[in-house]
Amino acid sequence: MSAAPVIEVRGLSFAYGAVPVLENVDLSVSQGEFLGIVGPNAGGKSTLLKLILGLLEPTAGAIRVLGRSPRTASRDIGYVPQYPAFARDFPVTVEQVVLTGRLGHGRLLGGYSPQDREMARWFMTQTEIADLAQRRIATLSGGQLQRVLVARALACEPQILILDEPTANIDMRVESDIFDLLRALNRRMTILVVSHDVAFISAYVRRVACVNRTLLCHATESIDGQVIHDLYGGDVRRVAHAH
Amino acid sequence: MGEFGTALLTHGFLQAALLAGLLASVGCGIAGTYVVVKRIGFLAGGIAHAVLGGMGAALYFGIDPMRGALLAALASALVIGWITLRFREHEDTLIAAFWAVGMAVGVLFIARTPGYAVDLMSYLFGNILLVPREDLWLMAALDAVLVLTVAALRRPLLAVAFDEEFARLRGLPVTLLYLLLLCLVALTVVLLIRVVGLILVIALLTLPAAIATQHANTLGRIMVLAVVLGGLFTTGGLALSYGPDLPAGATMILLAGASYLVSTVVLHLLQRWRARRPLTAGGAS
Repeated sequence: MSAAPVIEVRGLSFAYGAVPVLENVDLSVSQGEFLGIVGPNAGGKSTLLKLILGLLEPTAGAIRVLGRSPRTASRDIGYVPQYPAFARDFPVTVEQVVLTGRLGHGRLLGGYSPQDREMARWFMTQTEIADLAQRRIATLSGGQLQRVLVARALACEPQILILDEPTANIDMRVESDIFDLLRALNRRMTILVVSHDVAFISAYVRRVACVNRTLLCHATESIDGQVIHDLYGGDVRRVAHAH
Repeated sequence: MGEFGTALLTHGFLQAALLAGLLASVGCGIAGTYVVVKRIGFLAGGIAHAVLGGMGAALYFGIDPMRGALLAALASALVIGWITLRFREHEDTLIAAFWAVGMAVGVLFIARTPGYAVDLMSYLFGNILLVPREDLWLMAALDAVLVLTVAALRRPLLAVAFDEEFARLRGLPVTLLYLLLLCLVALTVVLLIRVVGLILVIALLTLPAAIATQHANTLGRIMVLAVVLGGLFTTGGLALSYGPDLPAGATMILLAGASYLVSTVVLHLLQRWRARRPLTAGGAS
């Protein structure tokens, strides 16, 4: 394990036009960490992820990912978006979607290599969607599609896995399955996961970053009613943790 | 129809027309599939109509109008690509303006072209019975460019058509691939000018692929099916129009439109029938 952080954010600010979304955010993520990012809606969680991925440019401050600029580092990140940017009725099979994760490795011309296909099959097996390989994505349930997105991200062979609300629209049982999978993957890679569900996420991650225009980090053991009150501005039931 | 068969054997111009229709089908099946799945029908319409500006200018300056169309189509693809990338929030208005301005430029140039040799109607609605032989070669060459480009770049083109954001994260040159996609559409527009004309281009570009997406699951299969359907529509339209002496382009489009309607209704009825059947074990989720 190297001592240098895999993600280093210093004095980061971002605004959509005149509307400030993030102000003076500092964050350091070390290798092998499983970091939860929580906060109210429109608090800037997804924006922070997009800045780390290089999809947005900061208004002020600096981001280094794996010691590089976010844009050049994005190939080594697996990203699972909250809202997929594609149309659900796009004529494409599960296997084809997972295979797009192999793009950016090797040549662009022609077809996929046998190794690419082998790897896609392996990640589909890991995420338990191998039997759906030839299904069109329009026919999948929300939970199945979520697994496809995770498999696509894993097919990138990432050093860092970033997930934005991976369990927003699926039921509790599948939610636990996905987080159990993430816990297993965490042995190999650094994971950042955004969730609105502080209670649920605390059972899995060791550190929580609370984002609401500014960012505060807490060890999960120290999250109490006051922290949640400060973050969400009251009206949230206190969560007791059993650690 | 029998009359068409015998005429086909004796008349060289009909054979050329048939070949032109089949060559056009290849392009419209391939590029049309991207237009349909990426939902850029309006962009494709803008590219097609703006081409009249280039054809008019070519006529005025005494250049081969098909060469003018080719240059104008590629130029308007790049302008429209630039509009959608740079001014996304006003994309609709700007493309509509470009669409109309391109046509107006063409009409002005044609009006100022000396002599009365220019048949504006044939550019707007096509004239498949009068396709010159050298245009068939041009069409074959454009088909070759389309097929080879799509075969070589099918993976990155799929990634960009499916999920631009993810493609960008994978380090693909997304802007370049997007502009390339629009240029492929532009080449297809040129392919279709002789067959159905600028105004009807959009129908042959979208309808075969739209029907194909209802029955095939992957881009590759949709392309093959769309090429076959395009061939049926152009050949069928030509045959149907020959006896009663109807405009061939318009007949092809009506045939394609009617087929799309039938395909949609049949698919809908089939889905309702399947939904009404008692569920078998594991049949639905």
